[in-house]
Order: sequence, then structure tokens, then C-alpha cells
Amino acid sequence: MVAADDRVSARTRIVLADVVRRESDSEHPRIEHPRTELAEQTRVGEALVRGLVRAQLSLALRLWLVVAVGLGGLPWLFAIAPSVGRITVLGVHLPWVLLGGLSFPFLVLVGWAYVRLAERNEQDFTDLIQRPER
Amino acid sequence: MGNGYVAPAIVAVTLITVGIGFYGLRLARTTSDFLVASRAVSPTWNAAAIGGEYLSAASFLGIAGLILKHGVDVLWYPVGFAAGYLALLLFVAAPLRRSGAFTLPDFCELRLGSRRLRTLATAFVIFIGWLYLVPQLQGAGLTMATLTGSPYPLGALLVAAVVTANVALGGMRAITFVQAFQYWLKLTALAVPAIFLVLQWQADARPAVTPVEGPTFRTATTVVVEHPATLTLPDGQLRQVRPGDELTFAAGQPVPAVTGVAIDPADWLLPSTEADDQGLFTTYSLILATFLGTMGLPHVLARFYTNPDGAAARRTTLVVLALVGAFYLLPTVYGALGRIYTPHLLLTGETDAVVLLLPGAALGTGTTGRLLAALVAAGAFAAFLSTSSGLLTSVAGVISTDVLGRGSVRGFRLATVLAGSVPTVFALNVSGLEVSQVVGLAFAVAASSFCPLLVLGIWWRGLTARGAAVGVLAGGGAAAAAVLVTVLGPPLAGWPATLLAQPAAWTVPLAFTVMVAVSTATRRHVPTDVGATMLRLHAPEALR
Repeated sequence: MVAADDRVSARTRIVLADVVRRESDSEHPRIEHPRTELAEQTRVGEALVRGLVRAQLSLALRLWLVVAVGLGGLPWLFAIAPSVGRITVLGVHLPWVLLGGLSFPFLVLVGWAYVRLAERNEQDFTDLIQRPER
Repeated sequence: MGNGYVAPAIVAVTLITVGIGFYGLRLARTTSDFLVASRAVSPTWNAAAIGGEYLSAASFLGIAGLILKHGVDVLWYPVGFAAGYLALLLFVAAPLRRSGAFTLPDFCELRLGSRRLRTLATAFVIFIGWLYLVPQLQGAGLTMATLTGSPYPLGALLVAAVVTANVALGGMRAITFVQAFQYWLKLTALAVPAIFLVLQWQADARPAVTPVEGPTFRTATTVVVEHPATLTLPDGQLRQVRPGDELTFAAGQPVPAVTGVAIDPADWLLPSTEADDQGLFTTYSLILATFLGTMGLPHVLARFYTNPDGAAARRTTLVVLALVGAFYLLPTVYGALGRIYTPHLLLTGETDAVVLLLPGAALGTGTTGRLLAALVAAGAFAAFLSTSSGLLTSVAGVISTDVLGRGSVRGFRLATVLAGSVPTVFALNVSGLEVSQVVGLAFAVAASSFCPLLVLGIWWRGLTARGAAVGVLAGGGAAAAAVLVTVLGPPLAGWPATLLAQPAAWTVPLAFTVMVAVSTATRRHVPTDVGATMLRLHAPEALR
């Protein structure tokens, strides 16, 4: 991140700085930006942010779906197919193995995948913003 | 109980907590000291601190008690308590940290710029905080009563006094180190005895956890009944028992069936089936409450501010998930072995005490058994102290800034006493409720008020202050009303009782629907700076 900062291109850097500054200005109104530039660039900046939010949300929802099916489906499965609940693994009934033991590593695994993928989304976004202008 | 090690262990934990609190008071006087100090802390330490604050009496005592009593269906409690951190990670952690909000009311004002919404959020923080404090004090009273034979109110009052004094004098709140220490203490206090218990079980030739004829007494036992109940004796006779009745059982005699307890091995061992659609509803409602409620607990959120940036907040949450998950492997062991070694708890109704009594019951009154019992007691006290200190700090902080006006130190102390006394009064009057049940209700209220507010606030540009307020009132209000009816109202039966005892399955969708509908209807009032806020919530800090 620090290394990436060094090769910031002037134009895109202003996009975000302007949006952020506009927010702090809303408390102390002070209109002195070059308007045409700002209007155009804010739209671009906003579209980029929308893209990032959408990417992160869809990632979160997809992983949430994995958990909803993987864990949330269990009570329903045990209810419609009671025989599944009677299967034993090393003398322990399957529901106990799944809920009391395996569900926790499963949750950690999903969380780990999310952290990796979310950071990749953010890296992509940063790269896009800081891509040198041609 | 003549265990000479218990009292010193409890006193030691309390003194260490208070002691580090006072030492920390000299080191960290201001909020900025607190933040600067915390930001030097790695995600692992931070995560241990969050885990230490999170693992409460319900986790330490309540889950094992529930498993002893109800069996496989309540394994969803630990799964949900852990999965709550996954929901927090997926939907809230990084954006919330980037928002810079320290409390939930802060977030409301920051995102939607409405003072009135802030006031509403404050009210809910206080309600949830109090609701969550009650079972902590209850657990403390129960622990003291079980271990030292003191009356129930004494233990609750003692912990309430220690925690209130400690928080009011500034201890605890600033010290990540104490909370992290409490996590490892709690883990050790369950894990080490669990190893000994499993070895003892092996040495006893692995008695079946669910013998075909149901649980039996291993030794001659005299049981003093503490709650009125109807027993079904082995010969099919019904017998009403009242508090104070003494029942004597010979070794090898089966435990009589008690109303409301899964005595039948199949009930305990196997999940509820299709025929029991109320059971299924309860299970799903519980999953929803714990999964979505964690993010709305006031003391959980405040800790996220101590991460240096959004990415660190995410990594911290992942470590919390792993730490908390590791801890939750243990209560199941206690609940299952409790069926063998402490079946009399099924009769007395004091199943929450299983973690405390199991070491003594299984390992005997030798030095090992007594030392392990003392270790468990110390862990239980760590659980009450850390969670209730965290909660009390959050509630008192909100009261002093948002109710009493801009907080001076004196205002904070007044707020702490106020915030501590209300749940104490409740804890003295609801000793009959299970610790985990009350905690489950707190989660349900959090899931139906703050979860929609946070999730929609972070991910949906269209949220308006009015929509948020009406949604919180509808969902959170309905859940809070359900809680009050369950705790204070007359006993109900059938579907009304089920819907009120586990309200999340209908109050959470209600809150989301109302919030979206009202926001859409008032879309002219979407904050004008929503684009800037979204940028701040989601863009990596490196771009600022």
C-alpha cells in the first residue's frame, strides 16, 4: 500500500480527495473547487465506489449463502430425513459431530475465504484508482 | 461444599482484575491514551480481548446446562454465538471501523445525520445492555450459591458491586490486556478439567452417555428440589414435588422423568423431527437471533474501534471467530458427561451449575478434583467480570454522553451506578429463568433492531433516517415487547409462547421490511452526502 502510494497519478488522486473533502465541507460550507472538474470527476468516483460496494456485497452474500445452505439446511434435513440423524461416526451421532465439532472449522474456513477475497477486491479497486494515466 | 480452594481462586481472579484495572487507570487516563495504546496491539491480542469480553456466563455455564437438559437441539446456541462473528465479518466489520463510529448511536448520527435516530438507538443500547447484564449477575448468584452455599442474592449483589465500583473508578475499560487474559483464563478453566474428565470417563470403562433405560444415578444421591415440578417415576406414577422436598435415590436407580427436560435418550440424542414444527421454528429463530444479533451487542462493537484500519478489523474478526469456536467445542463435553455424573441436576432444575459441579462429581473430593473445581470457579468469575464490565462500560458511556449530557468523569461515574443498579434489581427477581434463555432474548432484540440498521446503513444508499427509526421501532419494539411478556407476563402455552419466547424469526424480517418500505416512501430525505459516506465506509484507507 505504501509503495503504491508513491506512484499515485495526479488526476485520479484528486477524484477521491475531492469527494472526501466535499464531505467535510458539508459541515462548513466553502465552495471553491473548480466546479466543472469536480462534477465530472465525482460522477466517475461515485461509479467506482458503487462498483466496489457491489463487489463486496455480492461476495458477502455469496459466502452467506454457503453458510445458510451448509449449516442452515441442517435442522430441515434432520426434520425431513430423521434417519440421517441416526448415522453414527465413531460411535457419535452425526448431528453431534456436525454441530458440536465440524461447524466451527467450517465457519472459520468461510471467514478466511472472505477475508482473502475481500482484500483482493480492495486491491483491485486501489489498482484501478491509482493506475497511471496514459 | 467444603472445597477450600474455591474461595481463594475467586478472590484471586477478582483481585487481579481490579488490580490491573487500577494499575491501568494510572497508565491510561484519557480516551486518546486508550486508543493509542490499543492501536499498538496486534489483531491476535485484540481478538483475544474481544473473545474475553464476549464469552459470558451464558457461554461458560449456560450452554453446558442447556445441553445437559435438552440435548442436541441446543447445540445451535454455540454454533450461532460463533456464527454471529461470521455475520459481523461479512457485513459489518471493515465498513464499521472505517466509519470511525465508536458506538451504535455514533454510527446512526454519522450515516443518517439524525439526532432523533441517535436518541432511539441510545434507548435500545441501554435496553439490550441491561437485558444482557441480568443473566451475567444471575450466573454470578448461581455460582456463589452452588459453590459456597451463600444465598443467591448475595453472589449477584457482590459481583454487581465489584463490577460497578471497578468500572466507575475507571478500571477495566481501557485495558485490552485484561480482557485478553480473561479469554485465555476461561479457555484454560474449561479445557484442563475437560481433559481430566474425559480421562476419568475412560478409566470408568466409558459408561454410555445415553443408556437405553435413561440416565441413572451412579452413586446414592439425596436431591433437594429447588423448583416445583412433576416427576414421572419409573413405575409410571406421577409425583408433584415442591421446593425444599428431599428425595433419596440408591446407586443405579433411574432418574425420574421431569416435565420440560429431555430424559428420554432419543429426545436428547436426536434432533427434533417434522412432527414438531414448533421445535423447528424455535431452532431457526434461535439461529437467526444469534447469527444476526452479535453485531448489535453494544460491548462487541466498541472494541472494533481499537483496530487501526478496516483490513485489520476484518483480520481481527476472523481470529475472534477461531478463538470463540475453539472455546465452544468444550461446553458440549460438559453437557454430555453431565448426563453420567450429575444426573441429579435434571431433578433440581439447576442445570446451569453442571460446569461447576462436574469436576467434583466425576473426579471425587481428592486434591485434583478440588483444584479443578476451583479452576472452573475462577473461569466462571472471569466470565462474569469481563462481560459485565464491558457491558456496563458501554451502557454507562452511552448514558453519560447521550442522556446526562456531555460526559465528565463525575457524570460517567453517576451513569455507571445508574446503569449497574437497574439490572441488579432485575437479576434478584428473575432467578427462575435459564441464563441462556435471557441471553437469547437479548440477541433477538439486537438482531431485530441494530442488525437491519447496520446492514442497510452500510450497504444500501436508499436508507433514510425516518425509515431506520420506524424499522427499529417496529422490529426492535416487537422483540422487546416479546421479551417483556416472556420475562414478566403470565405463562403461555402453544404457538403464542413459542412465538414470544424466540421472536427473532418474525421480528427480524419485520424490521428489514419496514425499514426498506418506509425508506423507499421517504426517498426524498436520503442524506445528500450519502456518496461521500459510502466512499468512506468502503474504500481502503490507503486511498484517503
